[in-house]
Amino acid sequence: MPTLQDILDGKQICICAGSGGVGKTTTSAAIATGMAAQGLKVCVLTIDPAKRLADSLGLKELGNEARRVEPALFEKQGVEMKGELWAMMLDAKATFDELIARHAPDEESRERILENRIYQQVSTALAGSQEYMAMEKLFELHTEGRFDLLVLDTPPTRNALDFLDAPRRLTQFIEGKSLRVFMKPTGLAAKVAGRGASVALGVLKRLVGFDLLADLAEFFNAFSGMVEGFQARAKRVDKLLADPATCFLVVCGPQGEPIDEAVYFHRKLVEAKLPFGGVIVNKVHYPADQVPGEVEDLPASLAEKLGDEDLARRVAANFSDYQALSERDARNIARLENELRTKGVIRVPYLDEDVHDLAGLAEINRYLFATGEERVEIAAGRA
Amino acid sequence: MRGYSYGGRLFLPALEIARNHPIHDLLDKRLVIVTGKGGVGKTTVAVALGMRAAAEGKRTIVCEVASQENASRMFDHAEVGFHEVEMEENLWSISIDPDESMREYVLLQLKVRAMRDLLFRSRIFTYLTAATPGLKELVTIGKIWELAQLDRKVKKGRKYDLVIVDAPATGHGVGFLQTPRTFANMARVGPIHSQAETLDRFITDHEQTGTAIVALPEEMPVNESAALERDLRTEVGVAVDRVYLNGLYPERFSKSETERLSALAQDERGAARAAARAALSEHERARCQRAQLSRLRRRVEAPVKSLPFLFEPDLGPEAARRLSRKLA
Repeated sequence: MPTLQDILDGKQICICAGSGGVGKTTTSAAIATGMAAQGLKVCVLTIDPAKRLADSLGLKELGNEARRVEPALFEKQGVEMKGELWAMMLDAKATFDELIARHAPDEESRERILENRIYQQVSTALAGSQEYMAMEKLFELHTEGRFDLLVLDTPPTRNALDFLDAPRRLTQFIEGKSLRVFMKPTGLAAKVAGRGASVALGVLKRLVGFDLLADLAEFFNAFSGMVEGFQARAKRVDKLLADPATCFLVVCGPQGEPIDEAVYFHRKLVEAKLPFGGVIVNKVHYPADQVPGEVEDLPASLAEKLGDEDLARRVAANFSDYQALSERDARNIARLENELRTKGVIRVPYLDEDVHDLAGLAEINRYLFATGEERVEIAAGRA
Repeated sequence: MRGYSYGGRLFLPALEIARNHPIHDLLDKRLVIVTGKGGVGKTTVAVALGMRAAAEGKRTIVCEVASQENASRMFDHAEVGFHEVEMEENLWSISIDPDESMREYVLLQLKVRAMRDLLFRSRIFTYLTAATPGLKELVTIGKIWELAQLDRKVKKGRKYDLVIVDAPATGHGVGFLQTPRTFANMARVGPIHSQAETLDRFITDHEQTGTAIVALPEEMPVNESAALERDLRTEVGVAVDRVYLNGLYPERFSKSETERLSALAQDERGAARAAARAALSEHERARCQRAQLSRLRRRVEAPVKSLPFLFEPDLGPEAARRLSRKLA
């Protein structure tokens, strides 16, 4: 059973993926902290605008630049830190603007794009643009080579896979040269496009209004000089994602739905030939260590020990509720292991207190980075 | 469907509670948007609100977007797709697909069949609908608006008293609800402009449209919910009527009891020890959660209502029905 340490050995990029609400941001921060604690220079990137990562790292805010987490903070919270932990929150708009500046053939086209109303929407609102920009920033940081390991917390898209498609979708989008042809249905373009198309365009103009169409055409026009640059870059990003030094970790929760999504996500990663590292299941209710048959007599035996029947009844009821959840979790995780044909699922228990600081991250790391024997011990020790 | 019936004993209390205590401030609106980050139980709350409204006698439809079909699963029902399917008395469900919405929109706009066919077949239309940023969100909101009209645009459309939307996770902030305004600004004149303005007016009309934020009793979700409320109020301008704190553990043990249980956990072995430890964990979590509940109450303007954690492996219609009693 490989440990997280084994999985991440020699990796330069670790991408944490999963559906929303499964603790992905916390897990990413914990992994980055854990690897930094062992002496690496690690940067964790998030594009979650909710500033969760900053919260958990004790940073007031995160900008589009990597910031180092104060070493003193670790000391204060009793965490040994041999390396360096950096964090940044991706600003999709700023990254997109930088990208335009890099790819635009000249000053004039750059300004035209930056000022276009459609662009201003695209750079913040286009589905996939945040995801694309995350990949872009990841690529840029990797190329700079300032860090030993980059940990990416993927955006909370409803479909955890959206970000994988993002580079392709965005490239398709800006390849929209066809629209320019249709927008000028005169002369050669009209001959090329044919009569049908110009009639269709007439209908379309009626439907959406000329103004919006003109803006769109202008936008595609402005982008057309940059298509090649984008394409080339998207290809390099794709290559980086498939590199053996990259590792995808699927993060999920123990309930039925998150498990289904993790199975689906794993399948997609394998299909896309992307390097799958492992699965982390958060907030697991561990089964209690118990003697078979003992539970049936529990209320009576508790009543005897506590000298309080009412309390004994409540303790037993609570225990049986908890057991039901731990049985569900065990069932779901068994299904996950079965589907993935692995025994290497990493479990993090449902802790009594929720994690929102460095000490909490260190607590999580006891489980994330546990060796095989430690995992067994931990599981036996918890109830 | 399985596991419950209208005449069944389980159902009656929920019905009585709903009839005797109608939730006027929220369910008397025409549109209620249930929002919050991923994994907080938005679907469960949306379905529970739907059940409550239906029990009050309102013809209600629960809409899902982004075709996850979580709501139909919640009802133990097969996938509903882009159809208004009756789940229970007074309660319907639909999964809003943007492509279908776009198609329907074009059908409503272009009455001449030949023109529609021409458009649907043209490459430029396919391209434009796929590539235009935010268009999917816009037509989705357009469909929600259409469902909420008493004078339905769709032929023989059923009239609903209330539309409840299980909104997409708020990872991208409040962008989804801002789409109409964005489009209204982008297209300065023309049909899209005026239609987008109509949608924006509808969403920001506090009489007609409300939102309910679903939160979890944990540090960061509480922070995020407070930020979300602020954004909804100031950036979108929509009314925030309720914050539901979902999954609150019961306080089962008193402090003095936990002292006795700590002793038990130390002295005993096996099941007794495990049970005592489980009780101590529950007590600790319940305590932390209460602290988060007070923080949430301090940080948001809307009334906060807590919903109990449901100790059952899989949440079905009965779980939603039990929650529906606690929504007032």
